Order: sequence, then C-alpha cells, then structure tokens
Amino acid sequence: MTKALNELSITEAALGLQAKEFTVRELWDACASKAKEKNAELNAYLELFDADDAAIASAQKRIDSGDAPLLCGIPLAIKDNILIEGRVASAASRMLENYVAPYDATVIEKLRQTGALFLGRTNMDEFAMGSSTENSAFGPSKNPYDITRVPGGSSGGSAAAISAGIALGALGTDTGGSIRQPAAHCGLVGLKPTYGAVSRYGALALGSSLDQIGPLTKTVADSKALYDVLSGHDPRDAMSLPDGMYEASKTVEKFRIGVPRHLLEKGLDADVLENFNATLARLEEKGHTLVDVTLPTSAYSLPSYYVVMPAEASTNLARYDGMRYGHAARGDTLLDDYVLSRSQGFGEEVQRRILLGTFVLSSGYIDAYYRKAEAARDVLRREYRNAFESCDVIAFPTTPSPAFKFGEKSDPVSMYLEDIFTVTANLTGMPAISLPMGTVEREERALPTGIHFTADNGQEELLFRIGAEVTGETLY
Amino acid sequence: MADIEDVKKLAALARINIPEDKLAERAAEFDRIVSYIGQLDELNIQIDTTPEASALRNVFREDGEPTPSGTWTEKLVAHFPKKEGNHLSVKKIISYD
Repeated sequence: MTKALNELSITEAALGLQAKEFTVRELWDACASKAKEKNAELNAYLELFDADDAAIASAQKRIDSGDAPLLCGIPLAIKDNILIEGRVASAASRMLENYVAPYDATVIEKLRQTGALFLGRTNMDEFAMGSSTENSAFGPSKNPYDITRVPGGSSGGSAAAISAGIALGALGTDTGGSIRQPAAHCGLVGLKPTYGAVSRYGALALGSSLDQIGPLTKTVADSKALYDVLSGHDPRDAMSLPDGMYEASKTVEKFRIGVPRHLLEKGLDADVLENFNATLARLEEKGHTLVDVTLPTSAYSLPSYYVVMPAEASTNLARYDGMRYGHAARGDTLLDDYVLSRSQGFGEEVQRRILLGTFVLSSGYIDAYYRKAEAARDVLRREYRNAFESCDVIAFPTTPSPAFKFGEKSDPVSMYLEDIFTVTANLTGMPAISLPMGTVEREERALPTGIHFTADNGQEELLFRIGAEVTGETLY
Repeated sequence: MADIEDVKKLAALARINIPEDKLAERAAEFDRIVSYIGQLDELNIQIDTTPEASALRNVFREDGEPTPSGTWTEKLVAHFPKKEGNHLSVKKIISYD
C-alpha cells in the first residue's frame, strides 16, 4: 500500500515531487487538510496558516524546471518562538500573544530560499520552559501515541505534528533537551546541533549560552537535509561559529561507541534499559564496538543546568516590561506598569525561573551557584573531550522513561529530572541526536523510546552516520 | 533555605508580583529547587576565571550603521502600546509635587 502524502518523509516527498507523482499543491492540501482535522484534538499547532499561493506556484515552477533543492515544496511546521515575518510569534506566552514578527529569522530566510512551505506555528512550553507543553499559555499538546500523555517539550507541538502526520518535518529549539526529548516521546529523530552551528537570529532567547535551533524529522536523512540548509555562519548571531572553526568531520566506518554505564545504574525504567541494550547489541553485530567511558561530573549536570539556564533566562526576559511591545498593563506609576505587565504576561513556570535566576545571580550567592555551575561546565567539556580520545560517539537513553501522563509531574523538580540525560550536551555545546529505540508498553499502549548520541563539536556528520546505522537507513 | 520573605524580595527585584495567597506555596517550591541545585556544594572543583584553553571568545562587529536608519521604524513603532508620532510614550518617572 502506498502512503498517504501527509505520511511521507521529507526525502520521500521530494522524490515524489521530482518524479511528478504529485504536485506541490496536492502535497500541501494533504497536510493542511489533515492538520485542520486532527489539530482540534492534538493542539499541536497554535495557528495553521492559509496556503501561500505564490510560494506554492513558485516551488512547483522550480521543481518543473528540474533544478529544485530537496526542501522545495515541502510543508514544514515552525515552533512558535521562531520569527516568521508578518506572523504572530508568541512563544506560547500571554506576554507575546499579539506580537507580530517584524522580520524573518535567519533559519526561516534560509528555508524560504529553498522553497520550503510553512504550515503553521507549533505549540510549546511558554518561552521554551518545560518538558511537556503543559506550560503553554494556550493549553498542552497531546501525544499522538496516547492522547492522555504529553508529547514532551518544550518543542512538543512540533513533535506531535510530525508524529501525527500533519507536518513532514519541523523546526524546534533545544536549550536543555527541548528537541531531543519530544523526539524520543513521539518516535522521531531530533538533532541539537553544535552550539553556534545554526544561527539563532530571530529566535526568542531562553538561555543564550545553551540555545540552538534544530530539526525534528521522521528520518535521519531528513534531519541531515534540514541541518545542511540551516547551518552556516551568520554575522547577525554574535555566537554563530565561523565556517571552518572545528575540524571537518572525521570519516568513521566502524564506530567506537562510548557507554557511560555508571549513569545508567538507577532512575531508569527496566524496559527502557532493555531497549537501549538491545539497540547497542544490534550495533555490535554490525561491527561497531562498545567502549566503557566514565563521565564523573555528569551527576552534576542537571543542578548546573538549573543554575545557568534560569540565570540567563531571567536576564533575557528582563526585556519584557510592557514598554515597547508585548503585554502592556497600566497602573498608577511606571513601576506598576512593569510589575503588572510582567505578572499578568508571564505564566507560573516562567516566573519561577526568573526568581531562581535572580537568586543565583544575586551578590552573596553568585559564587556558590552561578560561578560554580560555569566551572562545572568546563570540567564537563574536559571529561567529554577525554572520553572522545577512546570513542567516536557517546550513547545513553534520551529519557529515563517513555511519555508521562498529564499532571503526573506537577512538582517542578520532578519535571526538571526529565532532562537528566539531555542537558549535558547544551552545557558542553556538543551536538547530540535522539533516534527511535523501539517501544515499551504502558497501559496496553506501545510508547516510543529514544537513544541519544553525543559527538565532539562540529561532528554532526558522525551523528547522522551512527543514526543511519540505528534506523537502517542508507544516507548516501 | 528560602522562606516567604526571600521569595517576596526576589519577586520585587524581578518586577513580579506574587499574590499573597500563593506566597507560601511558591516559597516551598522555591526551597525544594534551591536544595536540589544545592547539590553543587558537594562538587569539589576549582573556580577558574580564566577561560579554559577555549576557542570561545566575544565577537564584536565593526562600528557603523548595520542597517540604514528607518529600515525598521514603522514595524517597530507599530508595536508601541502608546505613542506620539514615532515616539514611545511612557509615564513620567520624576514628579515635582
């Protein structure tokens, strides 16, 4: 049986378009009509865009001319914290509910140049703070595998949309796991590129030393196709890496896979660990070798992250004061204007993290928390670099458990623990990918799990290659 | 450990108002988070302020006009909650009465 057009991967759809099996309009209509039908239940999109007739016609023309890039005519979903000129970009916050983006983010500009199309803007945790989309000011998204469960977060709307077949691929942002964790919970491939590899110009900032934009896709080939377009130096993002900053990817045929067993001794569901071991065993059968590695400071990654990220978030979010744009409440004095705008505009989790950031940066505490956490990042980078002397990539599960139920993690710390495996790559800046790792059963439902690989800075190519080994794809 | 007074003070610094009836709950949560990140106490590492042989450094652009004046004015002014012409209008900060 042939797949419905909305069920195709990006690469499959591109081949179909080039072979004239269907038109750009037919592909768009298939995705857009399915999205309208399914979104009421899933709340994956905060807004579905009308068809851009000019863009569709122009994409078709390029395909007909036989000289179209792979992404030409492909309908994608965009996380609501990435600016698309003339569209609302709310970061799922009341603060920016009516904020219309004055310009395109660099990644949007790049996608437009390839002829990609935008289906809509996807739901997320408010300002990307959360792991479930439950912190969205506009209601949570549902996991298509089981709608009583979260899709993960913060890029949960993007993940739910692809998983439900209402986007062929999507952009997310990842500050502590916000692309990789929802990818794991929705059975997808999610890539957090090397820090600085993809421009953040036009992305609403959370933690500026951690944030990266990256792709969520059905396959590794799609992930690579999007990454190849998104990456590259951009003078408009001061932290954008100059081209050639890191040595070009090593060529590896047989991988040495580092496994930090000491991190997997507790806190992990038994069947998730079984899937992990089974996936590693399959890789060994293919001729790759497993290497024991130790990353002793990893135990302190999550507490370090929950110092650095709120510190940066409280600084970044100081700009939302109701003066020039965003939610603007008015009281008797100028101070009232600030306080009312911020108290009404920000949801609880955002307020919580602003307070925490204010705390760890305050004089008297900055050494014990912020500077200590920054020092821990240096140690983590060193430990990973040492580990990469004896291995090419490092593997662990993306999350300790499959997708959880709504309301299950109402205590903030229990929600934060969802990121225990993913935050380290943001602290070190190194690239990381989550890939489907089979399912586990919960309440008679099969729920996806994810395997996570980290590589050294600039080595995305190694992640795609090991990813293709896991999924059984042929990349080249 | 953090108490209600600490949370009130931080909220004031951050220009956020936490309603009285929420203060106890928010302080308790805050205390749990602070004790979680307090694990960093156990970590015995040197705090070295010189960046570790890192390739990361601050990048500055050349002085000058990155965009011609007026390029963004209309779009940005459209967001102002209150304006006079192209000027942002805000409350008086100092009063003399």
